[in-house]
Amino acid sequence: MNVFRDSPPAADAVPSARPTPSPSLRRRLTELRGPGIHPRALDARALAALAANPGCRRRALLDGAGVDKAALAQALGSPAGHGQSRFALARGNSFEARVKADGGAELLRLLHARLPSGTPAPEEGEVAAPELTAAGPEGRAARTALALREATAAGGWTLLDHPLLAVDVAGSPAYVEPDAVVVRPDGVWTVVEIKSFPMIDGAADAAKVGAAARQAAVYVHALEGVAAQVTAHGEGPARVGERVLLVCPQDFSNLPTAAAVDIRKQLATTRRQLARLTRVEEIAAALPPDTTFDLRLTDDGRTATRPADELADAVETVDAAYAPECLAACELAFHCRARSREQGAVESLGRGVRGELGSLRTIEEVLAAAGAPTADAPGCGAQPAAPEHTPTDPGPDPDDPDDDADPALAALRRAARLRAEALAAAAPPVPVPRTAPGAEDPVCR
Amino acid sequence: MPLIETLARMEAAAAGAARPLTTVRHRHLSDRPLVCVPLTTAGEAGAPLGALVGTDRERPLLLTVAQPRDRDLRFAFLAELADAVLPYLDGFADAVGHEERKETDPETGRKVTVQVELCADAPQLIVPSTAGAAYMRLLGRSTRFRRTAEQDPEAPYPAPPRVPLLGRWLTHLGERARVPGSCLLLPMTELLTRHWATGQSALEDQHLGALLAWIDPPDGHSGRTAAEHAESARDADGILRCPPAGPATDPAFDNTLLAPAMARYDAGVPGAAEELRELIGGQLRPTWDAVWRGYDLLRALPPGGHVADRWKRDRWSYTAHRDRVRAGEPPQPRRDDAVTAARKLASRETAQAQLDAQEALDDPLVMAGRRLAGEAFAGEVTAVEEAFSDGPRPMPRPLVTLRTTDTPLLTDGARLHRPLPDGKAQSAVFVAYGEGAAGSLTVRLTGGMGRGKVPAPGSVPEPGETVCWTLFEHAPRGGPQLPEPEDTPWTHGGPPASAPEGDTPDPTTPEDFL
Amino acid sequence: MTGAPWTSPAAPGPGGTEPFDPGAAATAATDAILHDTLHGTRPGVVVDSPPGAGKSTLVVRAARELAAAGHPLMIVAQTNAQVDDLVLRLAEKDPGLPVGRLHGSEAGTVDPALAALPEVRASAKIGDLAGMDVVVSTAAKWAHTKVEEGWRHAIVDEAYQMRSDTLLAVAGLFERALFVGDPGQLDPFSVVGAEQWAGLAYDPSASAVATLLAHNPDLPQHRLPVSWRLPASAAPLVSDAFYPFTRFRSGTGPGDRSLAFGTAGDGSGVDRVLDEAAASGWGLLELPARHTPRTDPEAVRAVALVVRRLLDRGTVATSERGPGPEPVTAARIAVGTAHRDQAAAVRAALAELGVGGVVVDTANRLQGREYDVTVVLHPLSGRPDATAFHLETGRLCVLASRHRHACVVVCRAGVAELLDEHPSTDPVQLGVTVKFPDGWEAHHAVLARLAEHRVGWRP
Repeated sequence: MNVFRDSPPAADAVPSARPTPSPSLRRRLTELRGPGIHPRALDARALAALAANPGCRRRALLDGAGVDKAALAQALGSPAGHGQSRFALARGNSFEARVKADGGAELLRLLHARLPSGTPAPEEGEVAAPELTAAGPEGRAARTALALREATAAGGWTLLDHPLLAVDVAGSPAYVEPDAVVVRPDGVWTVVEIKSFPMIDGAADAAKVGAAARQAAVYVHALEGVAAQVTAHGEGPARVGERVLLVCPQDFSNLPTAAAVDIRKQLATTRRQLARLTRVEEIAAALPPDTTFDLRLTDDGRTATRPADELADAVETVDAAYAPECLAACELAFHCRARSREQGAVESLGRGVRGELGSLRTIEEVLAAAGAPTADAPGCGAQPAAPEHTPTDPGPDPDDPDDDADPALAALRRAARLRAEALAAAAPPVPVPRTAPGAEDPVCR
Repeated sequence: MPLIETLARMEAAAAGAARPLTTVRHRHLSDRPLVCVPLTTAGEAGAPLGALVGTDRERPLLLTVAQPRDRDLRFAFLAELADAVLPYLDGFADAVGHEERKETDPETGRKVTVQVELCADAPQLIVPSTAGAAYMRLLGRSTRFRRTAEQDPEAPYPAPPRVPLLGRWLTHLGERARVPGSCLLLPMTELLTRHWATGQSALEDQHLGALLAWIDPPDGHSGRTAAEHAESARDADGILRCPPAGPATDPAFDNTLLAPAMARYDAGVPGAAEELRELIGGQLRPTWDAVWRGYDLLRALPPGGHVADRWKRDRWSYTAHRDRVRAGEPPQPRRDDAVTAARKLASRETAQAQLDAQEALDDPLVMAGRRLAGEAFAGEVTAVEEAFSDGPRPMPRPLVTLRTTDTPLLTDGARLHRPLPDGKAQSAVFVAYGEGAAGSLTVRLTGGMGRGKVPAPGSVPEPGETVCWTLFEHAPRGGPQLPEPEDTPWTHGGPPASAPEGDTPDPTTPEDFL
Repeated sequence: MTGAPWTSPAAPGPGGTEPFDPGAAATAATDAILHDTLHGTRPGVVVDSPPGAGKSTLVVRAARELAAAGHPLMIVAQTNAQVDDLVLRLAEKDPGLPVGRLHGSEAGTVDPALAALPEVRASAKIGDLAGMDVVVSTAAKWAHTKVEEGWRHAIVDEAYQMRSDTLLAVAGLFERALFVGDPGQLDPFSVVGAEQWAGLAYDPSASAVATLLAHNPDLPQHRLPVSWRLPASAAPLVSDAFYPFTRFRSGTGPGDRSLAFGTAGDGSGVDRVLDEAAASGWGLLELPARHTPRTDPEAVRAVALVVRRLLDRGTVATSERGPGPEPVTAARIAVGTAHRDQAAAVRAALAELGVGGVVVDTANRLQGREYDVTVVLHPLSGRPDATAFHLETGRLCVLASRHRHACVVVCRAGVAELLDEHPSTDPVQLGVTVKFPDGWEAHHAVLARLAEHRVGWRP
């Protein structure tokens, strides 16, 4: 998917509800990226991912400034493991081509079959397929907007293959490209998302459908801006469908099947998260004045010359809200995880652990509060070190009534006591037979 | 996450090594499990790339597909997999014992006792991870509707003879694995995370290599560094040093090594097939060894008291499917009908309640978690007062007072349960908290004392004794009585169509990947 | 299966500015429901009833009319308390109506008050109740009941809280049924995964009504348009936040209900929030932002203090029900929480302040109940994160819709930010009807309204 960003807004295509960023912010964001570095394009996937961890100021700033997080992570020495297999790419491309073959006849049949019965089916040769090529993203977006306007006014069936849509992201346009948009005779525009994961017996991987729905919500949001303008110009009541068409391979075949997916929830989230992106300005303003994430690339544009610890310091000037879920959603996650673990943050064990810990923020604090052993000997073996040794610092006094007033402390202390009692009462553990050493790699056996 | 587990994870993080979550092993482990480590092709639904399979940890059978787009090669793989798996599954079919069971006589409608066969042991399939178990289910779904040439001479792409049968068995094992506490198909990551808390998150525990690194760190390494090495260390070519446990491959492996090797194979370069075999085997072997290492760690734990009871249910499940196969029943349908779905849900809910209760009864560390959650309490008996029920035939209903530091969430008249030495449960109701003394409370025994006018000896706890009462039942039963599928009411769409879709094969296209 | 039908949600219901006669609207709805129940051609009738819209009154009336027309019937409710309540209401309205109370074999499941009713017979055996005009029991008991001949008519109460598999177990007992329930309250759930059936019309873990309508989309669907419980200050918020597609109105007008205190406030935050709630129907007592465990001692104590002051200040309530002000006694006040341990902590705090007789319970157990004033510990107060449990629409809806006069919410500051920072990465199952608005939106809507009635307080 090709996406472009940070070009001058195309007059007709961009919803102009929000002000463009102030020159000072634009300058500041350029400084953060480094001189001469083009901002990284935010595609629909990246925009949808904003909702993965909206509490993370680090991510909001880096995305808002268009910093290349993957390159940053690499330069920090914690590269992301993200990447796609070429087998998966090839399969995705061949499936999309198959779905769109014959002027999208199969695609329209799938869509029509999911409309209320009685809707007339598009006749062969009746489906318009306007040419959408134009120079530059703003040209393509303008061409798309024009095609949508004409299709709506014409009142027939139109298939837009890879239209380009503009989304306002914190005052700058980002361009996103859905697989297809179908305009129906009744003026409803339907986003079509083609994925290569299968629908088996009518069901599909819910995590993948969820990701597709969030991505489609970005397209619907972008289309709504165009639809509002078309309606405002009196060129027919244009409406963007709140259900998108998800097309996937059926069972184990190469034949396409489809499902209508209600994306109202995801759309509400997308709108809210995009609106919140304006806080990038406020985050940037709070940074020390000379902060930059410039990698100081060599002339080949690939090798970072900035020392990793200097970069790490720069990254540290803005707070992250690391949680293990980030590992699958953010290129910087391995770096943030390492920091989170070094600090002993409780979130490094999962978001869910915080619920019962009250204001305790680190593992050390929790263990001290629990009066539990805080052994730090690494590699002390597989088997239970039942808390036979009392810690030197027993933590808060179990009999101190003031401590008991905090239910988090009281519960932790009871948990530690119950755990220790149960382990002590259990039979001594059988030693574990260690598999014979001698594997080439000491760790990966 | 329950607080007691959070605490165990934090202890593990601080110590640099995993901490126990249990004091016994809560799952049955076969003496002779079949381990299967599958790999799949990226982007394809159910196009296998390879597998290591077998019962001998030193001599796994390596199966590979040199070109997953080639239907013949995929079928050859499945045929070999069937040849490796089916004899193992069949191997438990003939050693049987007999059990009595109540059945409704179809003619008289009366309940009669019948003798039925129960297999003395059952197979156990161990896969590396939950994704591996899901993959077994997927293979089951993709193969059970295939037609062999013998079944249908007209079938466009006939499957090798035993492949549909393999699909039916994998489907059965996959469905059984959804029953809480069942052990016919087990993911190693689930087994290990049930018994140990690592110093990382539950999400990161899904990586078998990282999980084992915490539980059994190599000498001189902390669990954390070993786990980080296991999940992300790469060699100079960017290939993971410890390949993922599958079924998905590492994209870098696909792009850097696998794709070029496949291209050589497609071009007919001599030795390319062997090279692919080696590549795929090299990705599989570390995971194979890891599964067996996990097996050894778990075997060292003593089994919990109810593990054999639950395994018996697995044996029933195995025996029942053996009977269905022998009776020539069609493959399991694509989707359950309303009654079957409701029955499955009910039996799984019951199994979950039983598992939760049994694990707590078998293991003081699990019970500690229930006590912390206010679902059980333990304490020392301080007084016992004789009392009787009202009514024409007064029965003993003694009042037992105990002192506890636990804080159960009791409501008036809450029902309580306590294990007796014979394994049965004694019932009681909560009466009141004690006046004055903190942590004192009184319960009234309502059962488990025999039928006499005086309680059976030893059935009433004595002062000084430590007792543990639970708010949950020990042998929960459940589930509504559901109609037969042919009696499905109008609210649920009426009886399902008489001809189940079960037997129709999936549509195929020439370029299909399975 | 191809996903949900491609149609837009139902158009909004009443909510315009035209003159509205609540009594006439409710009567018209009830008449239509009874007509379809007694004379309709379809085997089922579904009635959506928002909080306090007279659901029990409808069930009692439908049962009496069916019985009077010579149709014996069975009634399915979800809990023993609901069954006993229905039997008492039936006997109160029609003391001569023979009613059977079918119960389980365990002792103590039946309200002793039933024993005093001459025409009510209670038994654990269905055979003992043969010939009774109405037989009432829980779904769980009906599911284990076998009869030679079923009923022609049934009423299923709290049908949205009943699971599909439970309906499957009892539906063979009747030919046709009136299904009544509140779609905005807590959905049924399963303790084990049921994803493999997600999207199927008969998903056993879905609500009974979802399955019923998926298989019988042409059943007549009605709704009760007027809440007699919620005051004019609460109905619009609850309707907008939780029932955007089936709006309802309050049966009373802005001046019809009022709260007054015998003594003036002492200027403390607690008294000021009570004054605010008396004046506007809503009050938010906001404590300083802080991450706390569930049983946040300060918040728990604040809840108890609000109740204490409510009683101490001689609160009286005036409503359309009585000629003059009635004292708001402990029995007319309830405290709602999300978790059981929070309820236990509030009970302990109340006991410490010498307050007894106030119901303190979780949202699950407060479903279907009604009080003059409720004090709610906000489900997200002090939490470091929001979970699906805390965001569930039905939980907030139950807590915000139990009161006839006023609702005071006690909460830590910072919930709006918590909601904004909540990750939105939910999986999506194909074919499952999306519940909309979701809890996240409903929480934002309720918070925005509560913010207008905020009293900051540092304990």
